[in-house]
Formats: sequence, C-alpha cells, structure tokens
Amino acid sequence: MIAEIGHYALVLAFFVAIAQVVVPMYGAARRDAALMGFAAPAASAQFLCISIAFGALMRAYITSDFSVANVAQNSHSLKPLLYKISGVWGNHEGSMVFWVLILALFGFAVAAFGRQLPDTLKARVISIQGLIGLAFLGFILLTSNPFERLDPAPLDGRDLNPLLQDPGLAFHPPMLYIGYVGFSLAFSFAMAALIEGRVDPAWARWVRPWTLAAWTFLTAGITLGSWWAYYELGWGGWWFWDPVENASFMPWLAGTALLHSAIVVEKRDALKAWTILLAIITFSLSLMGTFLVRSGILTSVHAFAVDPERGLFILGILIVAVGGSLTLFAIRAPALKAGGLFVPVSREGGLVLNNLILSVATVTVFIGTLYPLFLDAMTGDKVSVGAPFFNATFVPVMIPLLVLLAIGPLLPWKRGNLRAAVEKLWVSALFTVVVAGGILVLEEGAPLAPVLGFGFAAWVAGGVVTELAERIRLFRIPLGDSIRRLFNLPGAAYGMSLAHIGMAVFICGATGEMNWTRELVATARAGDTLTLGQYELVLEKVERSQGPNYFRDMATLKVSKDGVPYATLHPERRLYPVQQMPTTEAAIRSSISGDLYVAIGEGSDQGGYIVRVWVKPLVPWIWTGAMLMVLGGLFSLSDRRLRIGAPKRSKRPAARPAVTEAGD
Amino acid sequence: MTPKRRRLSIVLIGLAMLGTAAALVLTAFEDNLVFFFSPTDLAEKDVGADRRIRIGGMVEDGSWKKYEEGLRSEFVVTDFQNAVKVVYRGSLPDLFREGQGVVAEGKFNGTVFTASEVLAKHDENYMPREVADALKKSGRWKEGEEAK
Repeated sequence: MIAEIGHYALVLAFFVAIAQVVVPMYGAARRDAALMGFAAPAASAQFLCISIAFGALMRAYITSDFSVANVAQNSHSLKPLLYKISGVWGNHEGSMVFWVLILALFGFAVAAFGRQLPDTLKARVISIQGLIGLAFLGFILLTSNPFERLDPAPLDGRDLNPLLQDPGLAFHPPMLYIGYVGFSLAFSFAMAALIEGRVDPAWARWVRPWTLAAWTFLTAGITLGSWWAYYELGWGGWWFWDPVENASFMPWLAGTALLHSAIVVEKRDALKAWTILLAIITFSLSLMGTFLVRSGILTSVHAFAVDPERGLFILGILIVAVGGSLTLFAIRAPALKAGGLFVPVSREGGLVLNNLILSVATVTVFIGTLYPLFLDAMTGDKVSVGAPFFNATFVPVMIPLLVLLAIGPLLPWKRGNLRAAVEKLWVSALFTVVVAGGILVLEEGAPLAPVLGFGFAAWVAGGVVTELAERIRLFRIPLGDSIRRLFNLPGAAYGMSLAHIGMAVFICGATGEMNWTRELVATARAGDTLTLGQYELVLEKVERSQGPNYFRDMATLKVSKDGVPYATLHPERRLYPVQQMPTTEAAIRSSISGDLYVAIGEGSDQGGYIVRVWVKPLVPWIWTGAMLMVLGGLFSLSDRRLRIGAPKRSKRPAARPAVTEAGD
Repeated sequence: MTPKRRRLSIVLIGLAMLGTAAALVLTAFEDNLVFFFSPTDLAEKDVGADRRIRIGGMVEDGSWKKYEEGLRSEFVVTDFQNAVKVVYRGSLPDLFREGQGVVAEGKFNGTVFTASEVLAKHDENYMPREVADALKKSGRWKEGEEAK
C-alpha cells in the first residue's frame, strides 16, 4: 500500500510539474500577478509530492519490503540500517528519485526564500526548474519505476553490491547529486534571465550563493568518491581519470569558472553573456554526467549493470536541454547590454583568464573522455584513454592558472598594475625558489615533476598569504590593528583564501603521491617479514570470522618504522555470501607525512597470502586540500553580503535597488 | 580599450589557448591511446611487441594456473574462435573468475600477452562492452546473456 502511495505521489508530482511549467511562464508573459503567484505553491507541492514518494521508498527499504522489486534486487534483511538507507540511492531507480527530490528541493528553496526576487524572474525560474523536473519525472515513470511490485515476493533480497556497503559511499552519491542538481538552479536563472532579456548585479548576487553551494557539495562529493575508491577498491589509487570520474569532474571545472565569472557580473556588471553561457554549459555537463553514468555507454571501472534504452531517454533530455538553451542564448544574448569597462591587466582581466583556462581544461577532459566513443562510432576501433593522456594535456593547461592564482587576487578592479602586483609577490617567489631548490637538493637527480609540483604549490600558498597580508596591511599598521582587521574580514575573503590554500595543499598531496609512491607485492605466511623502505611488516596471523552479512579473513600485521614499533594493521578480505562477492578492505595508517597502505589477497592452498604494501607520501594532503576548498565554500556562503543587500560601491546605481534575499 | 577590441582580444587569447591545447591533445593521442584487440584480432593483425594494448574476452574454463602461491598467474582469454595466453604478475582483482569477462592491458609478443594490469569491475554481472562486442563479432553472443 505504501509503495502504491509512493508511485501515486510521483504521478501527482508529474502533473504538478506540468502546471508549474505552464502557468507561471504564461503569467510572467502576461504580467498577471495571480498566475505568477501560482509558482511558489506549485514548487512547494512538487517538493511535497516527491518527498512522499522518496519517503515511501525509504520505508520499503528500512522495513525490507521485498514485494517491491527494487528493494528485493538491492537490499537484504541482514544489511545494517545505514546501508538499507543508502541502498535507496545506491541503485538506478532510487537514485533518479533522489535526483528529482533534490531538483524539487532547489525549486522549493527559490519559492521559500525568494520573496525579494522580482515577480517575473521568480516565476520564470520556478517554471524552468519545473521543466527539468518534468523531464526527469517522465523518465522515472516511463522507464524506471522504483515501486514496481514482485509477485510472489521473495523471502529475502539480493543485497546491495558489497562494494557500496561503505560509509564513504553512503554519503558520496547524495553529495554529488546535490552538486550536480544544484547547478540546475544556475541554469534556471540563466534561462529566466535570457527570457527576461536582462542581467544585472542583483541577478548575479542571486545566482552566486546557489552556485557556490552546489560547487561546495560537488567538491565534497567528488572527494568522498575519490577517498572511497582509494581505500575500498584496494588498488591504492585515488584518481583514475575514468569516464565516470571525469563526468563529475567536468561540471566541477565549469562550475569553478562560473563561480569566478559570477563575481565579475556582481561587482562590475560585465561578462554577462559569458556567465549565462557558463551556467548553461555547467548544467549541461551535469546532465551529460548523469547520461554517461546511467547509460553505461562508456566503459568504466565504475560501470554497474545498465540499460541502453534508459540512456537513450536521458540523451533525449540532454539534447533538448542543450539545444534549446543554446538556441535561446543565441537569440537573446546579443541583446544583453555590455557592462563595466576594464583593461586587460585588472582583477576582471585575471578572472577572464581564469575562465579561459578552466574552459580549455574542461575541453581537454571532454575530448579525452568522449574520444573513444567518437572513434568507435567512426571507425569501429576501440581505444581507451588513460591517465598518461590527461597528465600530458590537462596538467600543462592548468599550470598557467596556478601562476595566475597568486597574481590575480592582488590586482585591483578595473585597472591594475602588473608590476606592482608582481613586486608584492617577492616573498612568494623566494619561497617558491627555496621549496623547489630544497626538493632538488633532497632528492638527487630528482625528476622535474616533483620540483615543479611543489614549486607551484609554494607559489600559490605564498600568493594567498601575500594577499591576506595586503588586506590586513601587515607591518604597515600596528600589529594589533592588523589582527583586528584579520578578524573583521568578510566571509568571502576567508573563503577565497581557504579555497586557494586548499589548492596548494592538494597539489602537494597529488605531487607526492604520484612521484614518490613505493609498492611491494609479495606472498607471506604467518611469521614472515616484509620490508619496504623504512617499514618492516610482520604478518602475525590471518583469522577467519563472521560479520553481520559477510565472512572475513582478517590479517594482523605488526609494523615497525626504522626499527621502532609503529602500528598494528588489520587488512581484511571479505566474502558476501548473498552476492558471492569478495571484497578487499585495505588497512591504512595515515600520518601527516603519508599513508602506509596494506591489502591482502586470497590465501593459497599452501597457506600463503598475497600482501600488497604501498608507502604513499602526502596522500592525506589530497583530502585535506579538498576539504579546505569545501570549507572555503562554506565560509563564502556565510558571508552576510551574499544574503542581505550589499552596500554598492559602484557609482552607477543598479537598474533596480539592490534586491537580494531577505528570507532569513 | 573599447569593448569591441577587448572582446576581440579575449577571443584571440582563447583561440590561442585552444590551439595550444589542441596541439597537446594531438601529441598525447599519438603516444597514449591504448587500442583494444580481441583474441581474433590478435591472431589476424600484427600489433607490434612494443605497443601497449588492451585485450578482452572470457577467461577460459580450467585455464587459470597460479604460481608462487598466486603471485604469478597464467590464464587463457578467449572469444571462442581464438584464444591467447596471458601471464600476469601481481594480485588479480577480487572479481576475476574463470568463465567471466576480463580486460587486460599490456604487451603482446606474438604468442603470449604479458599483462601489466588486469581490470576489475564493480559488479560481477557486468560485461565489459568491448568484450561483449568481441563476442558478438565471433558469433558467440547469446542475447539475454548480459545480466539485466
């Protein structure tokens, strides 16, 4: 019964969505306040309906209602509660319901907090948001009904893929989806602005926090996914340039560009058409990501069983969305009035360059990801494009961005002086030389990669510190005043510094891991000793025991570092009997200088076990760097100026009074 | 600088960067594209012993031999028309099994394929697409064999 209510709620949501698309859009065209007023309640009703459907599915999972086919295929009564819950979005149908839930949530957020938005803009934004929802609700109802019943109901379920039964992956999809889908709002705002034919700083001040929120979640989601792959797959890698990873990375790159260009629209009323285009591209890439993952059209290590027909449906949505929005852009964008002037050497100029670089970087990832598909279609040749390709293209493209990252924030708006900015960076340059030289000295005959990697990281970090010092006028006013200034900086300033520092930390981690990793694969029996670098590992024993829904072989290894006891590690090998699937649970000992990573393989008949040991320097820096970026996003979001009317420094008053959200 | 000239210079810089990126992409493609071959392709075409390639097919039943307590493995990959012997040193992925699809990356010297990497899948029912296509080509693909 509950499942039928869920299904019914989805159908209802579909029809509410039709009304949500048509009525407010028509009302906005006619300037009819009553019809436009329909938008907010419709968005709320939409959110309510989908919440009911999602709740019904959740209930079916928690109570292990195996008469629902989806639950029977993806859950099991013995599964821990957390994974029963995460099982809801751990499969195709459930994840699509989650997708539309987030979509409706964002529509609802505009309805609830957008009281200060101009009526027509608000009505149109909610209408477009409804249109996206409509497409995906249609997709769910026609191809992926999560509430289909099984008769007779099986006694127990087929269980969730054991690799997904992991806390890292329980939260990875929701984060990623909030990020993906969050960009839908930037898209809806872009479409609405094109229909209105007007973009002003107030518009940007609306779009930016939502984009920032989506970006923050996407960053966290990608990081969680990468972390999961690192410890759960037992291969010791954290980024494989796999199509599915790239599918989430491309919207991230475009979204990062969008964040930066929206600043220019907000502060300087320039780059409007470009920002609109970026909003379209970012969400299109999110849609493409959904398509790539759901269609299984690209071979990927992350691919789960997939259905090409569903892929075709999403491809249809993708084509209509991209084609329609770009057509609208082509028609309306030339009418957007060009805004504030600036010279090439200025903050705006720096941000334009930032956008160009990030766009080109996105293009290289795009080509690398889709080329195999293209070649297969054209010639039938099957190829794979791996990490070496991206290291040879994406990385060099991004290097100028790192150089720029230190300089750009030091340039003033409108008209800057490159020499003045570069002169301020002498400390940073010195630091860079010391770090790069240090690496050269420490590692005799060091390859270029680590020298460059740490050098650029030092340059970026130095730039961030310089920028902060400039802001608080360090050493130019009394220290106490500087410290007071430091505490009174706006949230956005902290946000930028944190995110940029995060970038430097991340580069260190990635460089260390890629250049200094050492690996040992050997067979060992109880009592054997393995040596790798400073570490000595003694395999004490391997014991068999039982977990809630699996059996495991757990090894005990005593590790000493430089002869001093260091850690006891327990790598496991699990067998999940329901799916007859073995998994590897690596044991990782982390410290600030790096990880010691141990995984065991299957035991042989002679009593030996394959033991894989990696020493992976600086890996925790990768996660720390990414988390700093997330923290930066949160700090920026907390900036009051994003939420209430910002004092306008521009001499020209905006066309409207600074309208922003005052909902909270 | 007028807005028009500014836009022009931005477009020019953008084009220059795209050009650089295109050059990088083309050189990278030359060196880093890894082509896929089925066992039949290997029997028919000459691939050169130095080129990194990928092969795929089914692991032949009863062909998996382990040496040094599993540290070194040998198995036969087949598309049911032709077969190729694969040697691999290292730990095989959790889901490696006889009678299942597999993709391996490495080099082929004309008789033996030395794998440097054997690719794992997250889902045991999943069939690598190249493998499915290779089997279809050799006429051994049964519709409905692919789970779900």
